[in-house]
Amino acid sequence: MASLARFRPAVRRIPAFARAIQTSADTTQLQDIIEDQSKPFTVKLHEESFRAYQCETPSLEVEVKKDELLKMYKDMQTMRRMEMAADALYKAKLIRGFCHLAIGQEAVSVGLEYGIKPEDRVITAYRCHPFAVMRGGTIKGVIAELLGRQAGMSHGKGGSMHIFTPSFFGGNGIVGAQVPVGAGIAFAQKYLGKNTATFALYGDGASNQGQVFEAFNMAKLWGLPAVFVCENNKYGMGTSAERSSSNTEYFTRGDKIPGLQVNGMDIIASRHAVQYARKWVTEGNGPLLMEFVTYRYGGHSMSDPGTTYRTREEVQRMRSTQDPIRGLQRYIEEWGLATEQELKQLDKDAKAEVDQAVEEAKQSPEPLAKDLWTDIYYKGTEPSSMRGREREEVHHY
Amino acid sequence: MAAARAAFSRVAPAIASVRARPSLALKRAAFARGYATASENSMTVRDALNVAMEEEMMRDENVFILGEEVARYNGAYKVTKGLLDKFGEKRVVDTPITEMGFAGIAVGAALSGLRPICEFMTFNFAMQAIDQIVNSAGKTYYMSGGNVPCPVVFRGPNGAASGVGAQHSQDYAAWYGSIPGLKVVSPWSAEDCKGLLKAAIRDPNPVVFLENEMMYGVTFPMSSEAMSDNFTLPIGKAKVEREGTDITIVAHSKMVTHSLEAADILAKEGVKAEVINLRSIRPLDIDTIKASVKKTNRLLIVEGGFPAFGVGSEICAQIVESEAFDYLDAPVERVTGADVPTPYATNLEALAFPDTPVIVKVAKRALYRTN
Repeated sequence: MASLARFRPAVRRIPAFARAIQTSADTTQLQDIIEDQSKPFTVKLHEESFRAYQCETPSLEVEVKKDELLKMYKDMQTMRRMEMAADALYKAKLIRGFCHLAIGQEAVSVGLEYGIKPEDRVITAYRCHPFAVMRGGTIKGVIAELLGRQAGMSHGKGGSMHIFTPSFFGGNGIVGAQVPVGAGIAFAQKYLGKNTATFALYGDGASNQGQVFEAFNMAKLWGLPAVFVCENNKYGMGTSAERSSSNTEYFTRGDKIPGLQVNGMDIIASRHAVQYARKWVTEGNGPLLMEFVTYRYGGHSMSDPGTTYRTREEVQRMRSTQDPIRGLQRYIEEWGLATEQELKQLDKDAKAEVDQAVEEAKQSPEPLAKDLWTDIYYKGTEPSSMRGREREEVHHY
Repeated sequence: MAAARAAFSRVAPAIASVRARPSLALKRAAFARGYATASENSMTVRDALNVAMEEEMMRDENVFILGEEVARYNGAYKVTKGLLDKFGEKRVVDTPITEMGFAGIAVGAALSGLRPICEFMTFNFAMQAIDQIVNSAGKTYYMSGGNVPCPVVFRGPNGAASGVGAQHSQDYAAWYGSIPGLKVVSPWSAEDCKGLLKAAIRDPNPVVFLENEMMYGVTFPMSSEAMSDNFTLPIGKAKVEREGTDITIVAHSKMVTHSLEAADILAKEGVKAEVINLRSIRPLDIDTIKASVKKTNRLLIVEGGFPAFGVGSEICAQIVESEAFDYLDAPVERVTGADVPTPYATNLEALAFPDTPVIVKVAKRALYRTN
C-alpha cells in the first residue's frame, strides 16, 4: 500500500466535475407510463447531464424507442465482449505490440454511431476498435487485424491502431495528429458541398497538443463542419488529467468555439448530445467542441495494469456504480421494455457473435511474404523495384 | 560546330541566354505578362510552376492550394501569382502560420478524395509538419492494406537561398528520400518543374516536391511539347542533360546548373563529362546512373545537402553494390554542402555550398589529374 501512496497526488484531488456534471449511467427518468412500446416515448435526463460553454445545453427531454435501446444495449455488449476477447488473445500472446482497449467507454462509441448518419465521418486515435466496427467494419475484421492475418481490415499490415472504413479514418498512432487530419476531412466535406458532420476524437492526454489548437483555429476561421470530441477518461496513460492540464474543462478549450460537456457513461445522454452536435455543425454554425466524461477500466494499453496511478477502489467503484451497459440495462428493465432473461439472451448472443468472429479470425492465414511489398505505393504506380534487407533481396514489380 | 553549339545552348541556358537573348523590349514585355510567348518558347521556373498548377486546377476541380500567403499575397515567392484571381478563395486558401495544422488538414482532405497542393514557404518550416508528411501521409496507404490512398503534394523551396542563414538553408532531400511511401521530386529546369509538378498533382501517392528559390527566376527554353497543357514527365526517371564519355556527373536541382558549367570548363580541357539531372530523389533512377558509369567509368555526385547520410552517400552505396562497381576506374566522388550550419557572411556562405570550381577540381581528381 505504501508503494501506491507514492503515486497518490500530494494535493487532495478536488473532483473537477463535482460542481455540475454527474457521470452515473442510470439517472434518466421515464416521464410517463409507456402506452405502446412500438412507438417512441419521452424520458428525462438528469439535470446535470450536460454543461455548456458559449452555447445552450440540449434539452433534457429525449425521445427514445424500445427497439433502438435494445439495439444499443446489444451493440455495447458486443463491443465489450470484443475488447475482452482481445484482452484474452493478447495475454495468450496471439496479439502483439500495442493494444488499447475501450472497456468502460462503450457509451461513447455506440452513442456516437446512433447519433450520426452513415455518410458522416469519424476519426480517432488508437483506442479505436469499437469505432471501426460501428462505422461499417466487422468484429472478425478487427480481431483478424489484431492477430495480423489476411482477413484483417488492413490485411494485417496495420495492426490495432490502423483500421479504416470508408467513413472511418482510423485508428491513428501519433497522439493528436488525427485532429488536424479530422479538420481536413471536414474541409473536404464542405468543399464538396456534402451536408455531413465530421467527428474528430482525441483524449484528455492529447488535448494539450499544439496541433489540436491549430486545427481548432482553422476550423473556426473557415467554418468547417467539424465536431471536436474529447474523450476524457481522466488519464492520459499514467498521468491524470489534473497533472497534465492546467485547464481540465476540456469543453471550454476551444476559445471561441462553443463546447458541450456530456455524461459519457449514460448512452441516452451521449447519443442525444451527438445529435445536437451534428445539427449544430450541419446547420452552418461552424465547429463545436464536445467532451465526454467517461472512464476506462483497463490500463492505457495491455502493457499497463492501470493500477499504479489510480486505486483499485476507484476502478471498482466506477465499474459497479457507473457502468454504461448496466445503466442501460436498468433503464430497459425498469421501463418494462425487456425482462432480465431477455437481456441475458442478448448477452449470450453478443458473446456468441464475438466467439464465432474470433474463431473465424483465427482461421485466417498470415499475409503472404510478397505482401511485404504491396501498398507502399498506389497500385500501378510502384517504382520498378524496392529493396529488402540486403542488395540481393530485391522485389520487382 | 553549329550542331555542337545548338546542343550547347540547349543544355547550358545560362550561357545560351547571353548569346541568344531576345531584345530588351521583348523581354520586358514577356516579364510583364508573366509568361513566355509561344514563339519564344522559354519560361522561368516560377512561371512553369504557376502554369502547371493553373492547368491542373482547370483540369480537375478537386485540386486546390493551401499555404501561407498563397492567395492574396500572390505567393511569398510569387509562385502562385494570379491563381486566387482565376480560381477564387475556395480553391486558393491562405492559412495561418500553423504548418503542423495545415499539413494535417491537407492530409485529411486528400484522404477524403481531394487533391491538395500544400505549400510550405520553405521546407525548413515543414519540419514543424514532418510527422504529418511522413506518418499521416507517407505511411497510411501501407498501414491500411491499400484501403486509404493519400494523393497530396507538399511543395516549396528547399535547400540554399542566399544570405538567409542556417535555419533557412537546409536541404531535406535525404530526409524525405529515405521514407518508403513518399515520392520525392527535385526538379531543375522550367520543363522539369512543369512536367513533374503536373505529374505529382496527378499522382495518387503523397509527393514531396522540392523546389529551389534561387532557380525561380531562371529562364529556360521550353520545347513545344512542354508547352502543352497535358505535358507530364515521369516521376522516377533521370535525364541525361549532356552526353559525355569520360566522367559521369550526377546532380539534382540547382547543382545541375553548376555541373553543366563545370562540364563546359572540362570540355575546354578535353574532358567530356556526362551530366545527369536526377529529377527525382525517390524513386531514384539508379539504372540511368549505372548505364552511364558503365560508359564513363567514373562517378561524381553533386548535391546541396549536408554530406552525412545524404543523396550522394546513397547513390555511391547503390553503385558500389551493383554490377557498375566493376566498371569504376576510380573511387566514387561526392561534392556536397559543407558539414556546417550555413553561415551568413557572404564569403563563408560560399564555402558552405558546392560551386563550379569545386566540381571541376573533384572531377579532375576522379580522372587522376592534378591540373
